[in-house]
Amino acid sequence: MTTLLSVENLSKVFTLGGGLFGKGRDLVALNDINLTVEQGETLAIVGESGCGKTTLGRCIIKALSVTSGHVRYHPEGGETVDLTTLNKREIKPFRRDIRMIFQDPMSSLNPNMRVFDIVAEPLRIHKLLRGKDLEARVYDTLAKVGIAADAAGRYPHAFSGGQRQRIGIARALVLDPRLVIADEAVSALDVSIQAQVLNLLDDLKADFGLTYIFISHDLGVVNYIADRVVVMYLGHVVENAPTEMLFERPRHPYTEMLLEALPIADPTRRKGRRTELKGEIPYLGNRPQGCPFHTRCKYAQDRCRSEKPALHAINGTAQQAACHFAETLELTGAYDAPQKAIA
Amino acid sequence: MPQTPMADKPLLTVRNMSISFSSPDEADIEAVRQVDLTLTPGKTLALVGESGCGKSVTARAVLRLLDKNAVIPSGEILFDTGQGAVDIAQLKPDSLAMRSIRGAEISMIFQEPMSSLSPVHTIGDQIDEIIILHDRVSPKQARERTVALLDQVGVPGARDRANAYPFELSGGLRQRAMIAMALACTPKLLIADEPTTALDVTTQAQILDLLRQLQDDYGMAMLFITHDLGVVAEVADDIAVMYLGDVVEQGDVYEVFRSPKHPYTQALMNSVPRLSRKADRQRLSPIKGTVPSPRDRPAGCAFTSRCPHAFAPCPDQRPERTQLSAGHVARCHLLTREPAEALA
Ligand SMILES: Nc1ncnc2c1ncn2[C@@H]1O[C@H](COP(=O)(O)OP(=O)(O)OP(=O)(O)O)[C@@H](O)[C@H]1O
Ligand SMILES: Nc1ncnc2c1ncn2[C@@H]1O[C@H](COP(=O)(O)OP(=O)(O)O)[C@@H](O)[C@H]1O
Ligand code: SF4
Ligand code: SF4
Ligand SMILES: [Mg+2]
Ligand SMILES: [Mg+2]
Repeated sequence: MTTLLSVENLSKVFTLGGGLFGKGRDLVALNDINLTVEQGETLAIVGESGCGKTTLGRCIIKALSVTSGHVRYHPEGGETVDLTTLNKREIKPFRRDIRMIFQDPMSSLNPNMRVFDIVAEPLRIHKLLRGKDLEARVYDTLAKVGIAADAAGRYPHAFSGGQRQRIGIARALVLDPRLVIADEAVSALDVSIQAQVLNLLDDLKADFGLTYIFISHDLGVVNYIADRVVVMYLGHVVENAPTEMLFERPRHPYTEMLLEALPIADPTRRKGRRTELKGEIPYLGNRPQGCPFHTRCKYAQDRCRSEKPALHAINGTAQQAACHFAETLELTGAYDAPQKAIA
Repeated sequence: MPQTPMADKPLLTVRNMSISFSSPDEADIEAVRQVDLTLTPGKTLALVGESGCGKSVTARAVLRLLDKNAVIPSGEILFDTGQGAVDIAQLKPDSLAMRSIRGAEISMIFQEPMSSLSPVHTIGDQIDEIIILHDRVSPKQARERTVALLDQVGVPGARDRANAYPFELSGGLRQRAMIAMALACTPKLLIADEPTTALDVTTQAQILDLLRQLQDDYGMAMLFITHDLGVVAEVADDIAVMYLGDVVEQGDVYEVFRSPKHPYTQALMNSVPRLSRKADRQRLSPIKGTVPSPRDRPAGCAFTSRCPHAFAPCPDQRPERTQLSAGHVARCHLLTREPAEALA
């Protein structure tokens, strides 16, 4: 495996309510993130709302500037570049390689542009193709995502949610990218349409040799599509593992909690009351001392309240977790959830 | 499953109910056609289906909270008040009879909590008001009950939080406040329209637990609207599957998940990724195409344009409700015109 992208010690701090003279409050949205994305894999990023998933995606494409750290891009056959050091002009060629698909298809498509122009726009911005060649590329890309050529003259409002998401995907793919960051790309879709888009993403990956960063809060979808999963909590990576290892035996109590909460579409595997699920995600501004998860963790010990656990490999495997007791805790996975006796 | 005899007596029976919307310059649309639903005390019926199929409209009809351009051209909504049945479909939406049912006997948790909580009043004041309106108690007594309710639905620091405005609460706490409000008059029927769709899985699990607990405590019937089959499998006793205004299949949740009989129910279940190991993973089989608009609904079976099994009678003849076993019904020509094995 070759690494396509590595995120090193990445932090992002938003300063809230800072006036001209007053000092604002700091909100640490990303706290010392380290991860790599391997060529050809689908890396999922999961976690509760507000944990920093979108912010991480936006820092990678440089839609946001980072506070500290590096995003190193290693294109096949090219030289490694630290994207965070590039200026606006220097970053431009990399904007072709790394594309983002956004959460809400409606708000990310310009309502006043025809579908053809929405998909053609990136080619025009990058001055890549013109005339007949441009036309051919746009129609070809639309066909790949299942939008008929005769629909290319319509405006976004004339399409269903699933079709709009396909248009967003076509816009991302038209530049022939290497890395696609899909931010909750199927979350707003109905299940039947979601299944169409998931299959499409799968097929496109094979056809174009793509690498995905798949941001999602739906662990069922993640289990289906991802090769590896990064779990985030309060701006930290708390677990990073191959999908099956993580679902089989999570090594971080927060991952266990997420799996525990996941509803399974099978009444015979009904979980019943899950009394251990406690508390809500603390506000990012009030970050707990020690382990960021200790306020909700049922395994927390004194040490957890003072000493912050580092992300580390578990017994030399590909599974990493940031918990003091990752090696010894017997956490429950999701594949063989206990069968509840039907009263 | 042990059942008290009382539990079998329906609390609400919707029979043959249709809902149409009129617009000044276009033909009427029949958003819901001839649906039948039964709700029983202590039981949860989950109403599932994709966006736009008529779930919310059906629920609002039961409370007579439909938009002004809506009519209920046919059908009955029979509600057992304890002193005989009332046909809600015949009541005027703003009549005294309807208002005494709404909020007190039947209450609802809405899809968007922000749109149903007033932004300019504290949650405590909003719950107090409902209690005072229905039970004519003093403001002080009402507040005691409000605090107890907030506490019961798991709002930490209930006495202080009662003084919070909705925007000061997290999504999960806001949803809990909504639930407390809906329970203020101990309703016999709680309608929950996508109560957890906007929440994180962890918060969702807590809210589902809470609703189950409250149902055990109060013995109320629940109509639970969702598009998430995982949530259905967690909370429902019975399931009704809607497609484009029709209830296409209905029955016991274990039976319908084990052996769905309607092609749409089957297709829906095959669209959800199963939680399986890589070796057992199967490619999803999505339903082809998209849901047509209610205006373009085929006169016969609504699913004709997307059904892999559609045959001669489907486009023009509406399939009958076919009884498959006790309480399990579906509408599909395959169930009457072909040997039943064709579906298995
Ligand atoms: N006031 C109205 N005027 C005209 N049509 C309406 C009106 N309200 C709802 N409809 C139509 O009725 C149908 C059912 O809508 P409903 O809100 O019940 O869908 P739903 O199943 O709750 O969907 P979702 O899952 O998106 O909430 C839709 O086709 C909708 O466009
Ligand atoms: N532009 C911004 N200014 C201030 N805070 C922000 C901004 N963007 C995101 N945040 C905050 O950063 C945190 C992480 O947000 P986000 O990455 O959007 O979360 P997720 O995608 O995981 O739901 C949240 O607390 C959010 O409110
Ligand atoms: S370090 Fe302690 S508090 Fe943090 S997850 Fe592990 S056991 Fe829980
Ligand atoms: S009636 Fe016909 S179109 Fe409808 S679900 Fe059955 S086979 Fe399919
Ligand atoms: Mg996000
Ligand atoms: Mg709705």
